[in-house]
Amino acid sequence: MMKRWQFVKRLAPLMAMMVLVLAACGREDLSTLNPQGPVAEEQFGLMKLAISIMLVVIVIVFAISLYVIIRFRRRKGDNTIPKQVEGNHKLEIIWTVIPIIMLIILGVPTVQSVFNLAKDYSKDPDAVKVIVTSHQYWWEFEYPELGIKTAQELIIPTGKTIAIEAKSADVLHSFWIPSLAGKIDTNPGANVNKMYFSAPKEGVYLGKCAELCGPSHGLMDFKVKAVDESSFDRWTAAIQEPVALPSDPAVAEAFQSKCLTCHAVGDLGGPAFPNLTGIGSRESVGGILVNTDDPQYSNEGSVYDNLYRWIKDPNSIKPGNQMAGAYDLTEQELEGITDYLSKLTLDYEQ
Amino acid sequence: MAHAHAHTHAVKRHSGLMDWLTTVDHKKIGILYLLAGGFFFLVGGLEALLIRIQLWKPMNDFVSADTFNELLTMHGTTMIFLAAMPILFALMNAIVPLQIGARDVAFPFLNSLGFWTFLFGGILLNVSWFTGGAPDAGWTAYAPLAGTTYNGDHGVDYYVLGLQVAGIGTLIGGINFLVTIINMRAPGMTFMRMPMFTWTIFITSALILFAFPALTVGLAALMFDRLFDANFFDPSGGGNAVLWEHIFWIFGHPEVYILILPAFGVISEVISTFSRKRLFGYSSMVFATILIGFLGFMVWAHHMFTTGLGPVANALFSIATMLIAVPTGIKIFNWLFTMWGGSIIFNTANLFAVGFVPTFVMGGVTGVMLAAAPADFQYHDSYFVVAHFHYVIVGGLILGIFSGLHYWWPKMFGRALNETIGKLTFWTFFIGFHLTFFIQHFLGLLGMPRRIWTYLDGLGFNEMNLISTIGAFLMALGTILFLLNIVTTAFKPKNAPADPWEDGRTLEWTIPSPAPEYNFAQTPLVRGYDAYWKEKMDGHKGMTPAEPLGPIHMPSPSILPFFMGVGLFIAALGFMYAPDWGDMFDGFKAGYGVGIFGLLILFGCMFLRSVIDDHGFHIEEEEILKDKGGKA
Repeated sequence: MMKRWQFVKRLAPLMAMMVLVLAACGREDLSTLNPQGPVAEEQFGLMKLAISIMLVVIVIVFAISLYVIIRFRRRKGDNTIPKQVEGNHKLEIIWTVIPIIMLIILGVPTVQSVFNLAKDYSKDPDAVKVIVTSHQYWWEFEYPELGIKTAQELIIPTGKTIAIEAKSADVLHSFWIPSLAGKIDTNPGANVNKMYFSAPKEGVYLGKCAELCGPSHGLMDFKVKAVDESSFDRWTAAIQEPVALPSDPAVAEAFQSKCLTCHAVGDLGGPAFPNLTGIGSRESVGGILVNTDDPQYSNEGSVYDNLYRWIKDPNSIKPGNQMAGAYDLTEQELEGITDYLSKLTLDYEQ
Repeated sequence: MAHAHAHTHAVKRHSGLMDWLTTVDHKKIGILYLLAGGFFFLVGGLEALLIRIQLWKPMNDFVSADTFNELLTMHGTTMIFLAAMPILFALMNAIVPLQIGARDVAFPFLNSLGFWTFLFGGILLNVSWFTGGAPDAGWTAYAPLAGTTYNGDHGVDYYVLGLQVAGIGTLIGGINFLVTIINMRAPGMTFMRMPMFTWTIFITSALILFAFPALTVGLAALMFDRLFDANFFDPSGGGNAVLWEHIFWIFGHPEVYILILPAFGVISEVISTFSRKRLFGYSSMVFATILIGFLGFMVWAHHMFTTGLGPVANALFSIATMLIAVPTGIKIFNWLFTMWGGSIIFNTANLFAVGFVPTFVMGGVTGVMLAAAPADFQYHDSYFVVAHFHYVIVGGLILGIFSGLHYWWPKMFGRALNETIGKLTFWTFFIGFHLTFFIQHFLGLLGMPRRIWTYLDGLGFNEMNLISTIGAFLMALGTILFLLNIVTTAFKPKNAPADPWEDGRTLEWTIPSPAPEYNFAQTPLVRGYDAYWKEKMDGHKGMTPAEPLGPIHMPSPSILPFFMGVGLFIAALGFMYAPDWGDMFDGFKAGYGVGIFGLLILFGCMFLRSVIDDHGFHIEEEEILKDKGGKA
């Protein structure tokens, strides 16, 4: 038997929860509800408009449902036959026309925004161009005008428009920085995509892969670090300086023969896998081991500890990644290389 | 009906297991679909539970990353193709011929063939769990991840061939019901007098006819890529990965409407019956159904807003998608106004139907939100989408299926399900459902992508994921209660009356529960919409017969469809394993031998079907009269 309070009881916690969740709009560096840049703000604006219109729909439907359920339930012993109504033209026109009006209210700004967000900044001399190439399971960032290639951490100057050209080196991935801009797929082959975004405020923003790409899809994180323009200039200079090999010749030999075959530091090594220049000053190792002096969670630790964990057994951090099993290091070499990399920093922040 | 050979052919009937393997009776095939679909529903549900257990806390390693991808792929594929569609086929088989006053479907043999190819396709897909790994590229199987370069084992082969074989069954079923509804309606049953459920099945069948060939073509191309080194979708060989996305969604979006339209039909029947009122705005309901079916083919690229199709395509597909809200809204308000002024009884079937309306609206409004392409750049492939489509598919389709099963159970099995357990089923499933999926909208908005094996601690996802997992267990409890209800009901006497709800409006309630083999002893004459209700209101006890009592021609049972399914199953395995099994003799792979053997079984059965002259048999008047006396 359905009683009226059961229906109310069902809705109450949902509504309470919604209020609660909306009140706390999530992390500044991750939530789409807490936009930190103009692109995400424009998208959030459209989301708010849509949610408001849809809340009106929900309220109307729920109110009619509730009224009908309570008012017209069959009483015990009631055997009357209700009037058989075929329909009502006036009502039917109302609930055809009103939704159309609502959709126009939503549709016009949608179309405007579609074209606005499709603007091409790749020829804009003021924009910073970045070619994003996704790999299983890491991100490569190339600044073609500056001749810089780096990985996992996209350094951008605040306030400038970043013109992205996105593609994939293997399977489909999707480039997403929730608090700065919605996602764009990275396709293999000739289907190169363009998008843009900017970050007015300094800070580190979390980036995610948003297209199933294999076992470690959920761990394919990256960071976007927005710094002021002079810091950015210092960074572009610092990352292009030559890098010295480890001072211990045994470690240097191991590093050269086992790491630089795939990775690069400075002008040494190969381009196939993430460029390690300045890895010691990045926010994280492997995108998910967060570097901090005050670790709280199992994925946090000092730069040294994180690098050690990663190099020792990358497959336990990111299952299925291509670094696993590609080399064999003695404990001494491992510690030496970890120490070297953890000190491979770029000094560009004030 | 030709009577030239009447009375000369012996009555052909099997009993026991052989009866079920050979049956061409739409009611028995309906029960077979329900059994098989129900089984796969449990399998898919178990996969869902494992997914939710893995995600209940951050950095969990309950299952490995590889297994997780297999689980999410198989959960989606199983639920859509092997659970939802077959259970809908169960309802349409069990009910549509009865609703239009027909004695069977147009092609009973094909009906049986459709079931067996579905079943063997489904089994084939699930065999992958035991042979070294299930498919793991998602139910969408996007290239190049689904190609051999990144998926070297046989997992995706099972996906391609299992779905291809099962898809044959769906396409056959769709064509069969189109022909049945066009040609086999009782006298007086014009199109605009057809019950709403039959209308939705009619449109769904038309969608199947146009959508499934796209899937067939896509799967064939992917099969060539995987088994014979073709390059349709592999960019390194000159193919294009985006092409697969288009082909898949040109099928995939109509598929959503193939699933939801029958649920709309069920809801229309149930709400009208239990409000004791005619369906409000019947003709606009029909119009809305057709419009939804039509628009369903115009919106596939809204699954691809982030693919990079450019602003013109994104704008057009945004607007087209929003338009679907209009006919859907018409339906919602028509249901509400069917209840308005009615005399509503809240039994289990109607609880599910009434619970469906606000739930589906919640799935619908998030659909409109997703239609705004720039906002979709944020929602896409996040948990917001997961929440949206589960609101549509579980909150819409599955609630509709539960409603329909409780409603028509007496007609299918002659026993009504227990109401107390039924209501418990509803409340646990319904609350569990909202608990699981409502919260997922927010997970997505807060930045959690979908299809992730695990998530880091400290991102603010923990509590919501825990709540979601608790909800999933409540849904499981609801499903267990439903099973319990089925089992206890099976031991009750088979005593459901012809019109167990007493407010039946359509033709299926004019004949005994369960319906006799021939459905209608005499074909009824239909004098209006809600044919049975009209007779009741005019003070008649039943329908006016449109023909005198006489012998009824029935199709013969056949074992051939079963073996055709077996043949396809063997052929698929053979071709799949040809690279592994070595040579049968010099230069000829053993796998191809097995494959050809399977195809020979298939073609052999087709040959036998073509040359054996089978006129069926007749059920004589005496037997029909005996049935009538016995059931009175």
